[in-house]
Amino acid sequence: MADAALGRAGSMAALPDRSLWARLKSNREWLGAWFMMPTAILLLLFLAYPLVKGIWMSFTDARIGRGGAFVGLENYEWLWDDDVFWLSVFNTLLYTFIASVIKFGIGLYLALLLNRHIPFKAIIRSIILIPFVVPTVLSAIAFWWIFDSQFSIISWSLRHMGLIDTNINFLGDQSWARTCVIFVNIWRGVPFIAITLLAGLQTVSPSLYEAATIDGASPWQNFRHITFPLLTPIIAVVMTFSVLFTFTDFQLIWAMTRGGPVNATHLMATLSYQRGILSGTLGEGAAIATAMVPFLMAAIALSWFGLQRRKWQHGGSDA
Amino acid sequence: MADAAVPTLRTHGADDASEGMSFLETLPQRIVRTYIPLFIIIVVLLFPFYWMVITAIKPDEQLIDMEGYNPFFVVKPTFKHIYKLLFETNYPRWLWNTMLISVVATVLSLFASVLAAYAIVRIRYRGAAWVGGAIFLAYLVPPSILFIPLATIIQAYGLFDSPMALILSYPTILIPFSTWLLMGYFKTIPYELEECALIDGASRWQILTKIILPLAVPGLISAGIFSLTLCWNEFIYALTFLSSTENKTVPVAIVSEFVDGDIYRWGSLMAGALVGSLPLVILYSFFVEHYVSAMTGAVKE
Repeated sequence: MADAALGRAGSMAALPDRSLWARLKSNREWLGAWFMMPTAILLLLFLAYPLVKGIWMSFTDARIGRGGAFVGLENYEWLWDDDVFWLSVFNTLLYTFIASVIKFGIGLYLALLLNRHIPFKAIIRSIILIPFVVPTVLSAIAFWWIFDSQFSIISWSLRHMGLIDTNINFLGDQSWARTCVIFVNIWRGVPFIAITLLAGLQTVSPSLYEAATIDGASPWQNFRHITFPLLTPIIAVVMTFSVLFTFTDFQLIWAMTRGGPVNATHLMATLSYQRGILSGTLGEGAAIATAMVPFLMAAIALSWFGLQRRKWQHGGSDA
Repeated sequence: MADAAVPTLRTHGADDASEGMSFLETLPQRIVRTYIPLFIIIVVLLFPFYWMVITAIKPDEQLIDMEGYNPFFVVKPTFKHIYKLLFETNYPRWLWNTMLISVVATVLSLFASVLAAYAIVRIRYRGAAWVGGAIFLAYLVPPSILFIPLATIIQAYGLFDSPMALILSYPTILIPFSTWLLMGYFKTIPYELEECALIDGASRWQILTKIILPLAVPGLISAGIFSLTLCWNEFIYALTFLSSTENKTVPVAIVSEFVDGDIYRWGSLMAGALVGSLPLVILYSFFVEHYVSAMTGAVKE
């Protein structure tokens, strides 16, 4: 029955011969091509082509205002000897690793909290997502104000509680600046991770917990043997996205510190912007951007392995 | 005898997975284990907004003099900052730019995604699964890698410093996500409906517009709302492709227009940040369920 509906009209002898146009209209490949056309045009023109062009540009000495000549690996050699570049790589890895680990920890904890029986759960869930909904730059500016070296409310509070004597130079001191930037990233990312993991937690059947508790399992054992294994696929996907977007973060750093002090918070993305657009050396900026790609591929590979494990949950064997 | 020792089972509706074993927990335990940590987290998450609001309505003297006035509260709040923001700067123009760009880009990307999702899920042309995978991979290419070559391309097409540059670039971020989300949605629509229509001689286009789209409205709303927030939140493309003051979007303008040298006009800055966030928060508050289902639906797939 379905076959007849799907267009194999030729098998019904009583139907009249259809014109070429009519057959073409119901041909799948033809239709599919037309349906995909808008997406294909937009993605090819504005995503695939720039990606290839960017990699090509990293091998030229293009500047703003004039095209570039092919110079081979010159940009990469220059970057290899550049301390600021390696500092930005270190910063990016540090920032991504610390922020992601803490985001995951707090996010998971928050998801477990929200999964319990609490009143006004829907409202609390909505409130918790607000830091994620508000544009990053705007909340970064609010934190810029909170961390201001003269007027910081945190310094004021700590001074009035007697814990410190002078204002903390949050964004002017290298280690403090890194801490602040990581903190804001965590602040922004925890709601996303928490709500997504919460959705995953809600798919775990409560009868599993009941059975385990009857058998005498402690809450920790419940978590370790029931919750965590069942959550693994969602954790893999969520953390992949989180790592990806943290690694390539630009706006948070730019709005708060512009990469300073003394390049202590420069990530590869912000350095790429500074070298490429502000200084005008497009080739060098493109090289820095291209240098991010290997790290990204590693993140994608990790997510792929995380997703593969799903099969055992549906009763199949490990692929 | 034993009745007194048995804790009473709570019988009100169990809408979450925890109801099963929660009768074992006493109230003091719940306060310490659940309510206090939750309260602390919520305070930390919301404090910056409270601070934003307080600063936006605080007169300048109170902002600077932290010893004379307790900074946590406001004495005689003023609307001067907000007034200055709305009437003495280009803020309305920036707000208009941002809204225009976001809405047009969202509509464009929704149009493309609906067609693409339908094609992959139902028409199932040759190689559809590969194309689906390619679109998923496209979501993983972040703007901070593409912005330099894209800038040269935009320049070459003569689109530099115009809203069209953003309207055409934002779909590259929005389409992969929307397509993915809508694919999941379309899969839940029973195929029998389309079968009947096909038997009755409907074309694919008619099926799409008359049957699928009306049924997929929640999915469309979710994808649309999430796309709008993604557009509003985008920064690096807007920073790179726009240069003149009138064309800027709100995020870019706030970062660059309110600082004259060493003087930070904090009141106006916070007012700008507040007014810039309000449209999104209001929109979000009307469509919370859709937003959450967009976020979690994409991840679960």
